[in-house]
Order: sequence, then C-alpha cells, then structure tokens
Amino acid sequence: MSGALSTALALLIGLDSRLVEIVLLSLRVSLSAVAIAALLGLPLGAAIAVSRFPGRQAVIVVLNALMGLPPVVVGLLVYLLLSRAGPLGAFGILFTPAAMVFAQSILILPIVAALSRQAIEDAWREYEEQLRSLGAGRMSAALTLLWDTRFSLLTTILAGFGRAAAEVGAVMIVGGNIDGVTRVMTTTIALETSKGDLPLALGLGMILIAIVIAVNAAAHLTKELAQRRYG
Amino acid sequence: MRRLLLVVGIAASPVGAQDKFIVLASTTSTEQSGLFGHILPVFQKKTGIQVRVVALGTGQALDLARRGDADVVFVHARSAEEKFLAEGHGVRRFDVMYNDFVLIGPKSDPAELSGGRDILEGLRKIRAAGAAFVSRGDKSGTHIAELDLWKLAGIDIAKEKGSWYRDTGQGMGPALNTAAAMNAYILSDRGTWLSFKNRGELFIAVEGDRRLFNQYGIMLVNPLKHTNVKKDLGLTFVDWVISPEGQKAIAGYRIDGEQLFFPNAK
Amino acid sequence: MSNGAILPLRLADVSFAAGGRTIIDRVSLEIGTGPSTIILGANGAGKSVLMRLMHGLLSPSSGRIDWNAPERPGAPRKQAMVFQRPVMLRRSAYANVAYALKIAGIPEPQRGALAREALESVGLSHLARRSARVLSGGEQQRLALARAWALHPEVLFLDEPTASLDPSAAREIESVIKAFDAAGTKVVMATHNLGQARRLGDEILFINQGRLVERAPVEQFFSKPQSAQAAAFIKGELPWT
Repeated sequence: MSGALSTALALLIGLDSRLVEIVLLSLRVSLSAVAIAALLGLPLGAAIAVSRFPGRQAVIVVLNALMGLPPVVVGLLVYLLLSRAGPLGAFGILFTPAAMVFAQSILILPIVAALSRQAIEDAWREYEEQLRSLGAGRMSAALTLLWDTRFSLLTTILAGFGRAAAEVGAVMIVGGNIDGVTRVMTTTIALETSKGDLPLALGLGMILIAIVIAVNAAAHLTKELAQRRYG
Repeated sequence: MRRLLLVVGIAASPVGAQDKFIVLASTTSTEQSGLFGHILPVFQKKTGIQVRVVALGTGQALDLARRGDADVVFVHARSAEEKFLAEGHGVRRFDVMYNDFVLIGPKSDPAELSGGRDILEGLRKIRAAGAAFVSRGDKSGTHIAELDLWKLAGIDIAKEKGSWYRDTGQGMGPALNTAAAMNAYILSDRGTWLSFKNRGELFIAVEGDRRLFNQYGIMLVNPLKHTNVKKDLGLTFVDWVISPEGQKAIAGYRIDGEQLFFPNAK
Repeated sequence: MSNGAILPLRLADVSFAAGGRTIIDRVSLEIGTGPSTIILGANGAGKSVLMRLMHGLLSPSSGRIDWNAPERPGAPRKQAMVFQRPVMLRRSAYANVAYALKIAGIPEPQRGALAREALESVGLSHLARRSARVLSGGEQQRLALARAWALHPEVLFLDEPTASLDPSAAREIESVIKAFDAAGTKVVMATHNLGQARRLGDEILFINQGRLVERAPVEQFFSKPQSAQAAAFIKGELPWT
C-alpha cells in the first residue's frame, strides 16, 4: 500500500504529462457523456413524470431496470453498431473518443431519466394543483419543475458522472485502449494491473477516487448553499 | 442521428487531431512488451503517420480485421494467419520477427527443471510431479503454442484439466499474476516476462529450445474486401516494418539490456 | 364588467364520487356577481371538492358546470384560486408573481408593473427580492393572494386560506380579501370558521355531507337558520373560532 501511495504522489507532484493527458481525456469523455445524457434524459424524465398514458408503469419499470445496464454489454452493442461491418460504420468513429462518449451516453441516459422522473414526480405531487390552477399546461409545468428541482437534479447528474467515470467495460471495447488516443484512467488501471504493475495501478486508482470525491463535494456544497438561500 | 454523432465527434476530438493514421490490430503480449512504444515513434517521425494500436488476443485481433475495423494486422499465430489469408481478408503475409517463449516456475521447483534446455522433457517432468501449471486458456497465440507443445511431448492435456493443470482464460499478465500467487509453472513470452513486475517467487526454469520460438507475421487487410482500409498508409507501414530500417529498430529494442525480438524478414 | 364576463356560474345536478364514496351529492346552484359567497360546512362536508369542481381542477362524475362565457385556451384565466397551503416556486416573491403573469401570456414589458402592483396591494413590496420559500406562512399566503390578484380575475376562489395560519396572520389575510372584495372581485371562499364567515361573507352556502342544505344572506343564516343541520352546526362550533 505504501508503495502505491508514494507512486501516486510522485505522479501527481511530477505532473507527468502522459498522466495529465489520460486524466484530461477521462474527464472530457465522461463529462461530454453526462452533458448529452442530461440534455436528453432530463426532459424525458420530466415528460414521463407529468404525463398519463397507457403502459406508463411499464415504461417506468423498464427505465429503472436499464439503470443497471452492464457497461460491457453496452460496449459490445455499441461496437457492433459502430464497426465497419455494422450499420453506423460509415461514420468511422470506432476507436476514437467520440465512440467512448457515445457508449457512455447510452449507459447513463437511463440513470438520468429514471432519477429525474422520480424527482419531478415527487415535485409534481406538491405543485400540480397550483400550476394547473394558474393555467400551466403539462409540458410547460414539466419545464418549470425541471428548473425548480435543479439542485436535486444536480445529484442525479452526479450519479451519472460517477457511473461514467468509473466504468471500464464500455470504453475498453469501443475505444480500444489506444495509447495516446483512447486510453483513459480506468483502462490504464486495467492495463497496468494485467501487466502486474500494481503500485502504478493503485496510484491511478487513488487519483480517480480523489477526482470523483472532489466533484461530489463541490456539488454537495452547492446544494447546501442553495437550500439555505432558496428554501 | 448524423447530427448527434457529429456533435459527439466534435465534442470529443482533441484539438489538432491526427489526420494521417492507421489502426493496427495486434496482441496484448506484443503491446505489453513495449515494442510498439519503441518502434512506432521512429516510423511516425519518418512518415508522419500515427499508428493506433488496438491490442487484443490473436483470435480477436484477426476477427477485428475480418470486420474491417483495422488496416493492418500483426500477430504471431501462423496457422490462424494462413486461414485469414485463405478467406481473402488479407493481401499477403510477411515474416517480421520472432521472439521466444520461456517456461517460468517457482524457485521451489517441485518438478526439478532448473537450467534445462529441453522443453518437452520439462513438460513431462511437470506432469510426472503433478506440479501446478497455469494455462492462459484463451485461444491466444501463446495458448495455441502451449497446446502444441503438450501434444509434441505426447501428453493428452485435456485429461489433466482440473488437477494440477489450471485453465484460467486470461491474458498473459493476469495469468502470470495467478502463477505468482499459486507458485505454479507457466509458459510465457519473454517480452511480457521481462516487463512483469509482480514476480513473487518465480524465475525462468527452461529456455532456449528451438521449439519455443514464436514467429510474427504482418498483413495488410484486403482493401478490395474492405473498402475503407487505408491502403497507401497501411502499405507504407508494412513496407517499413520489413525494410532494413524497420528491422533495425526492432532489433534495437531492449529490456534491461536484453534483446527481445529477432528480426527475420526475407 | 367587461364583455365575455364568466359569471354567472351554474351547477346543475352535480355529483362527484371517488373511491366508491359520493363526496358531492346532486348539487345545483348559481353563483352570480356581487356579494361575497361563503361555502360553509364542517370538515369533510365536501367544501374543498366543491371548490375544485367550480374552479375546474376536478371534473364532475355527473351533472353540468357552466360558466357564462367558456374559457378560451391560451387566454389569461379570469378566475384564480388560493389554497390552504401556499405552493411557491424556488424563486423570489416577485418572480413567483411574474411567473403567473408569464403563464397567462402577458408580454414581458408589462409583467414588471403588474407584479409590483400586486405585491404592493398585499403589503409585500419590501420582500419582493426575498426567496419565496423562506418567507413566513402568513407572508407566503399573502404572496399567493398577490399572485392570484395580479391578473385581476373576475372570480377569486379561496379554500380555507387561513386554516394553517396564526390569528394575527389570519387577520392580515382577511383584510386583503376584504380589500379585493371591495375592489369588485367576486370572492368565493370555503371555511369552517363561523367568525370568519360572519366577518367576510355577504351570503352563506351551507354544505353538509355533500349536499347544499341551506343558502341565505349572512345575518339571516346566523340568526334564523332554516335547517336542523345548520342550527346544529352553528351551536356546535366554539364561539371563539
């Protein structure tokens, strides 16, 4: 363990350029995926929350179940889509960061949609009468609630980021773990572990955990301050 | 859909992305040996072409190329490569280099192999002693070579599974980790062994037998069958690898002063 | 009154059932302009459900509810409702009122003046920038009144607006309601509080077990109740509520 700690500190202090490149790529890929998943998933979750339609319960159950999609299965499916032999092969984005963003977006979209659906539905219970009394239509109300519950939704988005930053199955398959191109923190840890370079792998792992903790702490602080200000 | 992928692509592409690149499908053991880190920068400096290595097991690497997802394949399993060619997926096969396998074992050496140069004799001794042996079991080039050696030694290895013979289904690195943890014998390529840091009680028990030599071949993926293959860039790479300059770069790669790969392009 | 006045409101044989129970039982009535109407009854009599039926939040199981002029979708609503517990968005007091104006389709340049005027009318101008959800219960209810008032509705429904407030806050709300009534808005308020009904109402509609039992001007109702249930209700209530 102490070997891992000193290796990690040495990497950080030295600001090893390859390490920085790997960390930045990891952040770029997972944050891009979260942004896309939020853009699509928040309105989807809100729409389901305020709507009534036949089969609604089934949709909710499926959406919740999809939160547990195994990353390696998503990786395999996206690979089959993006392979030259597959339907989207002509775009040529396999083994590039774009493919990794694509796969991770699919992975965390259900998380964002399902959790925001729950949050908005809870809020809808409180606000429905008042908003309808004011004359707001369902969809307009959904958008209003998305903004009103923004601090709870921050936690939802964080859950998505955590899942994306921590997964290795999807990015390994669709990215190919190419040195200097698609190598991220998790795939590097996997590689170093398989090479038997455990201290380096552990060191990288600690850095990854530290990043996730830092992002969570920042969001928690934001929520606390907002709660105090807005009630 | 197209627009979404474009947005995704723009969001994810680094500033100043490489325009000239090829995708090379190769094996995990080759990449982990560090060879590519040594020779590819030389090639890129000369030609400006970036070689992006996707490292998988031999079978997977060839399957990747069969789907048209790679431009060049570089593996070390002669029979699988010939099959690949026969199916029309490759243009031509060239010998590039060979390295060797080594039989690794625990210092306690229950099969009493130490210092031997006969691999078949060594394998027979392991079976006689019932000493623990870890196999990759993943249909990689190394695994296929291992199975061939058991056959040559006259042993029906399928019968021994589960007792002293452990079939793990792992890559070279993880399998070495397992052998170190179990203090077992294992067949490894020299490159992975030299860079392997978690050795525990393991050392080289048998080496130098001609039957342990491992031949590498390179092929351009057939551009007639897979129209997206970067034919000119790929050919440039293949030609360079078998050229005197490329062969010299390969020979120049050392770990702890030891040469790993021996160029033998004709 | 302008053209397209929505009053009078007519209920014809309206019933409402839910969960196997009849909550409103064949109620017929007409609500016209002018006097403030108090829907009076005990807890569970069906006042809240009746209010929601009239406001349009619930649909009757049978019977008809007709306004004089039908509501045009997309046009600002001419009736507003204040609930027992105010529901505010996570925004400033001013922004909550402005939001209601936005929903009603009032163009942006006009919203500011209307919102400020509404806050002024309930005495909340000094709290305009404060976050609405940190205001006190009484302040939030006044804000709800301001929000309802901002569009100058023809009818203002109030469902037990002071039931959750302390007496001083309740008095403030009552004075605002009286002011709106004096300004010409038709006030329809549900309450079980006899004193409040007497203070604010011009006429009483007494509801018992989902039925409209008695309707009379306020003084007549309290001095000479015509029905046994009304009499019992007036006696049963404690004098200081």
